Amino acid sequence: MTIAPKEFDFQVARLRLERKAKSASEKLTTLEAAAARVNDGDHVAIGGCLYSRTPLALIWALLRRRPRGLTLSRNLMSYEGEWAVVAGAADKLVTSWMGIGLPWGLSRIQREYVESGRLEFEEWSHLALGLRYRAAAMGVPFLPSLTMLGSSLMDVGGSKTVECPYTGETLHAVPALFPDVALLHVHRADRFGNGQIDGYPHMDADLARAATTVLMTAEEIVSDDEIRRHPDRTVIPGFAVDALVHVPYGSYPHECYGRYDAEPAHFTVYVDGIKERGAAGVTDYLERYVYAPRTHADYLALFDEAARRDAAARARMLTT
Amino acid sequence: MTCTANELLAVMGARALRDGITVFAGVGAPLMATALAQRTHAPTLTMMMEGGILGPSFKPGDLPISTNEMRAAYHAQMLPGISDAFLLAQRGFLDVGFIGGAQIDQYGNVNTSVIGGYDRPKVRLPGSGGANDIISLCREVMILTVHEKRRFSERVEFVTSPGYLSGGDSRRKSGLLFGGVSRIVTTLGVFDFEPESRRMRLTALHPGIAVADVQANTGFEVLVSADLATTEPPTDKELDILRMLDPKRQFIG
Repeated sequence: MTIAPKEFDFQVARLRLERKAKSASEKLTTLEAAAARVNDGDHVAIGGCLYSRTPLALIWALLRRRPRGLTLSRNLMSYEGEWAVVAGAADKLVTSWMGIGLPWGLSRIQREYVESGRLEFEEWSHLALGLRYRAAAMGVPFLPSLTMLGSSLMDVGGSKTVECPYTGETLHAVPALFPDVALLHVHRADRFGNGQIDGYPHMDADLARAATTVLMTAEEIVSDDEIRRHPDRTVIPGFAVDALVHVPYGSYPHECYGRYDAEPAHFTVYVDGIKERGAAGVTDYLERYVYAPRTHADYLALFDEAARRDAAARARMLTT
Repeated sequence: MTCTANELLAVMGARALRDGITVFAGVGAPLMATALAQRTHAPTLTMMMEGGILGPSFKPGDLPISTNEMRAAYHAQMLPGISDAFLLAQRGFLDVGFIGGAQIDQYGNVNTSVIGGYDRPKVRLPGSGGANDIISLCREVMILTVHEKRRFSERVEFVTSPGYLSGGDSRRKSGLLFGGVSRIVTTLGVFDFEPESRRMRLTALHPGIAVADVQANTGFEVLVSADLATTEPPTDKELDILRMLDPKRQFIG
């Protein structure tokens, strides 16, 4: 396996970034307009981690456009990867692990599609994928690391080693990954896209720097003054952001630190559908939750409002 | 008191953790082992979790299902982000790491990726997650697992997380200058690795288990230490703490 030069070509990536508009102007738009910036065949990197701060509203809007030929990457891939594969939107996933968590067992969709040769699955270690985004965020073609050496994972993604010019030791030259698009969900941003995250930052700040196009949703749009009051909390610079959408509950039923807890019972219903009907369980779910609701508010209305309030109460309890 | 397989693993894992160290642990038995050690003999032990969480506290009865959720971060001391958490391990700050294993060979190599060819596998497993990083970067790694013949096979066909590779100094030669698997704790006994060959070696049996039981449940020849010991069964105090942490028995079974 060899890596496509597009993924690590730092010069091309830099020129793409240099051409990007960086004006400190209004970035607010709609989910539909944001999702329209994703082209068929793009490499789309997804922020958050597993069922935490997943940009589900953006993924919802993206899948409604019925894209084709996408590659999705994420440090730990949850069922948004299953959606994209079953919907025919993605034919390649790049991640270190796929599933929801111990109680839900192996991903039956990952198994079915990979074992039948219908899905390319590129596996990296968790840190190696993180360093791929970080190398890109730093604008360099690779980062030296001590991880993944000696393992069979070195052959999967086409990793190379490099001899350290100072010590002569063998290091893993973790290749940069410059995604076409990053999808992120944050706690708050001003209308210019300066974004702040509460709690664990996952890899979002690196994604925002690594990708050519950054689409971001925020739980809350705050004033310019509010951001300037706590500039130390800003982790995503506005000039990196191309489209910003105000979406409360933008990760729901995944969690958003301090705002709302995840809904494991909902994951179980989703997985039960797959246990009963295989990929058709995912298709049915997409029909009900992604294609049928015409707005994100309609999507949220499919969830019990009392449950959402309870998820918010649990989140407050767990973070105070 | 009788105990479950996961309780046994958590207790044996906890006893192997010295006070004052730093531990990289995931959810399930590793979390239970680390939390138990902190509440018994290791009050100055610091835990780190894969979600980028340092020094979590855990709320009894509300333990995390994943390492990337608020229950894992409950009353934590620092939330540095995932890559930066792993980089603390690469720098050398993490003494002991825990990983699990779908398939483990006699050199401690772990496969959690594929059974039967990478591109068209017979069984696609979830993948490395942080296991490869933990086994590559921590000073030593402990594996906690149920002991089943299908788990312990002579060779893993895919090395997701490298133990001692093909034995001897092959791990170091691959560029993995630090660390290694120090101990495997199973439901039958405790193993280390013979220093020369780096092959798995039985060092202690749990009460009531015979060497023949271990051999019958292992897919390769089991080396047995000259001073084979028997572990002390979990105490009531240890089990009480585990059951206080997990009253709904979500993780201890």
